[in-house]
Parts: sequence; C-alpha cells; structure tokens
Amino acid sequence: MSTLTSSRTSLRRPHREAPSILATMVLLIGALYCLFPILWVLIASSKSSDELFSSFTLQPSVHLWDNIVALSSYRDGLFWRWMGNTFIYAGVGALVSTWVSSIAGYGLAKFNFRGKTAIFNVILMGVLVPGVILAIPQYLLLAKVGLTNTMWAVLLPQFISPYNIYLARIYAAGSVPTDIIEAARIDGLREFSIFHRVAVPMMVPGMVTIFLFQFVAIWNNFMLPYIMLGSDKLFPLTVGLTSLLNQGAQAPALYTLVITGAMLSILPLAALFLLLQRYWRVDLASGAVKA
Amino acid sequence: MSTATVVRAKSRRSNSNTKTQTRAAWFMIAPAFVLFLLFMAAPIFYTLFISFQRTKVSGLFGGTRETIWVGFQNYVNSFDSEFLASVVRVLGYGCILVPVMLGLALTFALLLDSPRTRSKTFSRVAIFLPFAVPAVISSLLWGFLYLPSVSPFSYILNTFGIQSPNVLGPDVITFAIANIGIWGGTGFNMIVIYTSLKAIPSDIYEAARIDGCSERQIALRIKIPIVMPAIIMTFLFSMIATLQVFAEPMTLKPMTNTISSTWSPLMKIYRDAFQNSDIYSAAATSVIVAVGTLAISYFFLAVVQKRAFGQEER
Repeated sequence: MSTLTSSRTSLRRPHREAPSILATMVLLIGALYCLFPILWVLIASSKSSDELFSSFTLQPSVHLWDNIVALSSYRDGLFWRWMGNTFIYAGVGALVSTWVSSIAGYGLAKFNFRGKTAIFNVILMGVLVPGVILAIPQYLLLAKVGLTNTMWAVLLPQFISPYNIYLARIYAAGSVPTDIIEAARIDGLREFSIFHRVAVPMMVPGMVTIFLFQFVAIWNNFMLPYIMLGSDKLFPLTVGLTSLLNQGAQAPALYTLVITGAMLSILPLAALFLLLQRYWRVDLASGAVKA
Repeated sequence: MSTATVVRAKSRRSNSNTKTQTRAAWFMIAPAFVLFLLFMAAPIFYTLFISFQRTKVSGLFGGTRETIWVGFQNYVNSFDSEFLASVVRVLGYGCILVPVMLGLALTFALLLDSPRTRSKTFSRVAIFLPFAVPAVISSLLWGFLYLPSVSPFSYILNTFGIQSPNVLGPDVITFAIANIGIWGGTGFNMIVIYTSLKAIPSDIYEAARIDGCSERQIALRIKIPIVMPAIIMTFLFSMIATLQVFAEPMTLKPMTNTISSTWSPLMKIYRDAFQNSDIYSAAATSVIVAVGTLAISYFFLAVVQKRAFGQEER
C-alpha cells in the first residue's frame, strides 16, 4: 500500500508514457511556420533592392545598415515619426484606458448602489457591438468638432474599452478584499485614496494585462487611424507603411524601404512581449470567458 | 445617552456613509460612462439616424442640397450584387480561417500541456510571437512571400522546372488571406486555451492514468470537454473578427488585381463613405453588417447552449 502511495506522489511514475517524437515534431513545425515570415523579413531587410528580386529569398546580404539609413532619410525621417506616433497612440491610449477601466471596474465591483446593474449591462452590450458600426460615425462626429486629422481623433475613441471594464470588474472583485476597504474607511481615507493607495497595488497584475491588451489593440489598429488621419505626419506605423506600399506599386525601389520598415516595427512589440510575458495574465481573459 | 439615540446616530452615520460611497462610486464610473456615451452610444445612434436619410440635390445646377428622410430605401439599395458577393467571399474566408485557426490553436495547446512533448517554451513563444505583429505588417510580409519573384517556394519549384501557382490569383486568394489570419491568430487563441488547460487540477489526470487512460484519451475525453467554454468563446470572438476583415485585404490590394475595392463588406463600406462620399449608404450597410454579426453570435450561442443543456438533461 505504501509503495502505491509513494509511486503516485513521486514525479517519475513507472507507467508514464515516453516522450513522443511525432508530437514534438508537430509543435516544432508550428513554431517554424510562425517564425518563418519573421526570419524572412530579417533576411530580406539586409538586401539591396536589386537583390530582393534576384537572389534566393533566404540568402542574407550586407545592406541592412544602408537600408536603415535610406529609410531614415526618406522624407526627413518620416518613418521614425510614425514610430513615435505609434508609441504615443498606444502608450497614452493604453495608460488612460487602463485607469478608466480599472477605476470603473472597481466602482462596479465594490459598491452597491441603484442603477449599477443597468450601467454594467449597458457597458457589457458594448463588448458585442462590432467596431464597424462605430468608425464612420466617430469620424463624422469628430469632424463636427474639428478634431479629425489630429492625434485626439485616434486617442479619444480608444480610451474606452467595454471589454477592459468587464475584465477590471472581475479582477477587482477577486483581488481586493472588502474587509481591507472597510479598514481603510475606518482609518479615515477618502474613497478615491482608497482606490489609488489600497486597491491599485492589489490590482496591478490585472492592470498590466489590461494595459497590454489595449496597447496591442491600439498598436495593431489600422481602420481608425486610416479613416481619421489625412496628414502623413500623424500616421502610425500601420497606416504609414501601407501608404508606402501603395506608392511602391509604382516605384519598386520603395519595396526595400517597406520591408526594412516592417522589420523595424516588429521589434518593439516583440521585445515588449518577451519582457512582460511574466507579468501578463492571460488566465484573466480565459477565466473571464468561463464566467 | 439612551440606546435608542445611539442606534439612531449610528444609522444616520451609516446612512450618510452610504451616500458618500454612492457618490464616490458614480464619480469612479463617470469617466468610463461619459466616454462610452460619446464614443460608443452616440456613434451607434448617429449611424442609425443617418441610415434613414439621403441628400437630395435639386435646382438646375445642383444648387440646393437638402437632407431628406427616405425610410428603408438605403437598406434596400444596400443589398446589391457587390455587397452580396463580398458577404459570400467573407463567409468563405471565415469557413477556412476559423476552424483551421482554432483547430491548430487547440492542437498546439494540448501538445504544450501534454507530458509527452519537448521544447515547449521555445514552441510556445514562437507560436505566440505573431500576436505581436500587426495585421498590416503580417499582410505585408506574407504579401511579399506570395510574390512569385520573392517567394522561396516558387524559387524551389522553379529550380525543378515546375510552374508555381499564382497565390495572389483569383482561385487561391481567399486561402492566401485566410493564411495571414491563421498565422496571426493561432498563437493568441492557443495561449487562451492553454491557460484554461493549466487551471485544471492535475489529480484528475492522476486518477485517469491510474484507470489506465493514455495521454491521448486524457486529452480527448477530459481536457477538451473541460476547456470547451474557452473554445466556444474564442470561436465566437474569431467569428466576429472574421466578418469585419479589413486590414489584410486592404494591405494586399496594391500587390494584386484580384482584390477589388469591395472585397469584404467593410471595404465596401469604406469605399461608399470616403471614396463615393455616400455616408448614408455606408451607414445602412454598417447597420446590416452589425445586425448580421449580432444575429450570428446570438444564433451560435443559442445552439451551443442548447447542446450544453441537452447534455445536462441526460
């Protein structure tokens, strides 16, 4: 009997199945498929525009630095402006959105008042509203107040995310004990100080997740800036590179710039992910979908 | 002080406490609510409003323009052959994209969770990496890889003297665009499913192993049923995203003649609103797409729930 118990608790069980080569191969093929375009763009950005269409695709060359210089000098460094704009849109947008969602989620999770369920349900309906119905009227309404073709036109609509409010409510309900809020009240803290000084530190993992979700959503967004912006000085990378590609259809030399730009624009987000992976709690999302 | 006064004083204090708390709660929700009203509710009502309108030009040289109410005329006009063709294309695209992407995501998630695989961390990070690549950039990358003069596949085929198929041609363009979506979306959905797999207490597997279950049986009979809710939600969100495909075909468009400016419903809405300056038709078409999306989501959830309840009754 004791042997059975010990074999059950030990890590190496005798009846454990051997590692499967086939299963590992499937995983590695998937990894290769996902890495291949990224590998390609790293190689292609090292080629001159002649080599791009003449040499074998996966044969690297030595022109990476030349390409970066050419891209940087394209219209006085417009590309780096796009990169900066993207960071502003995604960084500021995600920060504000995280604060708005967290404080609203906390308010909805930790207070009881009349109309709370109604408000939450209305916001929840926003999760299901397809973005398509919003973009064009957002443009028309912002045009009425003269905000189109400004940074505000891209920032303001992305401050609000019903899905993030929903996540924040779930996370606040689970991570901030009501007793601690009561104790802080007895200590004489005002409700907003309780949120910022007591609740926020407990909600940090959830807030990092919300921040990253929104950061990626804004970084990847194409339709909203594409509709809102006319001046290419305000473009984010997605819209800027598409416009460059459109011109490339007439002038293939621009293709090298597009490829180098694509390579450079992958790096920041990939680095952010590899760095923040530990803090990123996807279980918040999957736990949320279970509820 | 009598007990009664104490109680009254207490209740008055707690009453005023509730009041300050309610006020604080409203202030906390206010930023979100105001933004919601301005950037979600108002646009929705505005779309509905203008979808029933049209500009009427009268006078000899189009001198006067006025906005008139036309009832459901814009909606009737919206169902033209271009729109229907774009809906059919996108449904075909979705029928390839969603099952393949989620099938791969589930397979990879189960393999990552299985004790029988190796090099898990590398595979997990590699498969998730495309999530960090915006759809526009991934369409750019794949678009170049599809060009016969750049593609390594055509290069290899050509060295053997085989004519490589034109991936951007009319026959395979749907697959080509779906591949971009699969590449970009598999990793995220894999992580969502994998995370719910991790949440399953491992003693369930212990019990199953003692009963003689193989790892494959554990995956099929235990893991998949338990993570079904996560699979259903990823399915739902993927369907909603599919119907709104815009960035991928817009990016590929300059590289091929196969993609028209009305390839997907959203591209048609964009063309109507900004190239033809017909915001009224665009509004009506967006309402149709939104209602269609909601109807499909609702229908899907209803079917799924019926199945779930049916199982419960048994």
